[in-house]
Amino acid sequence: MADSTFLDSTELVLNMGPQHPSTHGVLRVILKLDGERVRGTECVIGYLHRGLEKIGENRTYAMYVPYVDRADYVAAVSNGLGYCLAVEKLLSVEAPPRAQAVRVILTELTRISSHLLWLGTHCLDIGATTPLFYTFREREFIMNILEKYCGARLTTHAFRIGGLQYETYEGFEDECRKFCDWLPPKLAEYDLLLAGNRILVARMREVGVLNEDDCKAYGVTGPMLRASGVKWDLRKAQPYSGYEQYDFEIPTGELGDTYDRYRVRMEEMHQSARIIRQAVDRLPEGPIMAKVPKVIKPPVGEAYVSVEAPKGELGYYVVSDGSTQPYRVRIRPPSFVNLQALDRMARGALIADLVAIIGTIDIVLGEVDR
Amino acid sequence: MADQPKPEGKAPTAPTAPAAPKAPPQAPSTPWESELTRMLQERFGEQISEFTTQLGQQFLVAKPEAAIPILEYLKLEASFDYLVDVTAVDYPKRTERFDLVYVVYSFARNQRIRVKIRFPEGYRPATATGVHLTADWLEREVFDMFGIEFAGHPNMRRILMPEGWQGYPLRKDYSIIQQDEAWVRENLGIESAQ
Repeated sequence: MADSTFLDSTELVLNMGPQHPSTHGVLRVILKLDGERVRGTECVIGYLHRGLEKIGENRTYAMYVPYVDRADYVAAVSNGLGYCLAVEKLLSVEAPPRAQAVRVILTELTRISSHLLWLGTHCLDIGATTPLFYTFREREFIMNILEKYCGARLTTHAFRIGGLQYETYEGFEDECRKFCDWLPPKLAEYDLLLAGNRILVARMREVGVLNEDDCKAYGVTGPMLRASGVKWDLRKAQPYSGYEQYDFEIPTGELGDTYDRYRVRMEEMHQSARIIRQAVDRLPEGPIMAKVPKVIKPPVGEAYVSVEAPKGELGYYVVSDGSTQPYRVRIRPPSFVNLQALDRMARGALIADLVAIIGTIDIVLGEVDR
Repeated sequence: MADQPKPEGKAPTAPTAPAAPKAPPQAPSTPWESELTRMLQERFGEQISEFTTQLGQQFLVAKPEAAIPILEYLKLEASFDYLVDVTAVDYPKRTERFDLVYVVYSFARNQRIRVKIRFPEGYRPATATGVHLTADWLEREVFDMFGIEFAGHPNMRRILMPEGWQGYPLRKDYSIIQQDEAWVRENLGIESAQ
């Protein structure tokens, strides 16, 4: 990469987005270009800012549960889980075993659905149109389970503080098992088609490298951190909702490039299916709601609780002043923090690769902007 | 909530004298003592005023100017190498109006702690970007939402709200329906965004 071009020209500033199909929503990136090389990027975000944290201070604890689903709306169940766990921590209550197991099943289903959406759109970004239609077929299966369970497909409001509102429907276990049998061969098929495609692999290998030190410095978590070789997953490191009972592996990569992230996410879907199968097989009987007062008034205090969302560490810092409304709700979004590393990954890359790099972070602008 | 159990029993009969307004109950908290707190105590002494364990989570409260040295010490000497979050809480009735909260995590120890500092309005805490790169956007968001300016931050601009916006939305005196009317009129061409 030469530092000067033969034309004695200055750098070109180009605006990408916010209405650009490969920025996955309303992300605007201002690019500084030298020919086709990216010399610097600046993200302009906030187009989808709805003041979710402010809304939290003006709603009761229970009323706020559906709002958090609107942060990462492609994995809404994870958001609800994180917030409910944070309030349960403040209240010092724990959901009953059956509720915990159902929560695990639904959260892992959403993890698969979020990764499937990522797989489809990421491949679309780098030129493979077909996978999107196939991944959406699989995703539809999950959407149908969620719809049958709670009536909603995307912003589900599946959990309540203290447990669940709904018992599982008849045939829930069978459908989950069927899905777990159905998914792995499909994933193997995609992997054969995608990772066996030299063009696609060349578009991913050594693109957007982020090594272990960079990941830690930028606070990057989730599949991106694991792709750089760090075997760290909150479900293992600080288990919640009974994750310690399930047997699963943490897939890792080596180089921390786009291809490693692809590998990690593909393997994570297999592992999620494993967890779902175990949880369904051992689904305990019993109540689905802990003893929670009708009016939720946690004692004065604060708690930071985080869960392993599909995108990384999703944290809720909830401060209570003893009233019925949270004094402060802070959402620590994985997408927002991970997006910050874009500049580090994109410098020196080709402008065409930038699209692959944005896709590989797997951002959801609802969560970046909140 | 159909499945929610009924509250147990009836409340005891009312006391004879009208009770004074009851202070809300506090979450149980105990002092936090460990090898780490001893190390920190030794190094920072009076600058750390409180080590607390609340609901099984640990935090410390320090003088505002000690925040960055503490974060640096935690990173270099105690392997707290991952800054999870920076956020603030507004208490308008307090003289030290803001709580600034740093959440740090150590991969080696698998431990998460919070470092809290308190300061009045107008105080400019030092930036943590020199210790943790990730503080860049997180501090910009705190500035955007609370108007807390970080001294030495390389790019102290709004991040989520539009650049010309007046007011800091997450302050307690900023009402939920409040908006920057001049900005809305000028940029959106409508009378109100509500």
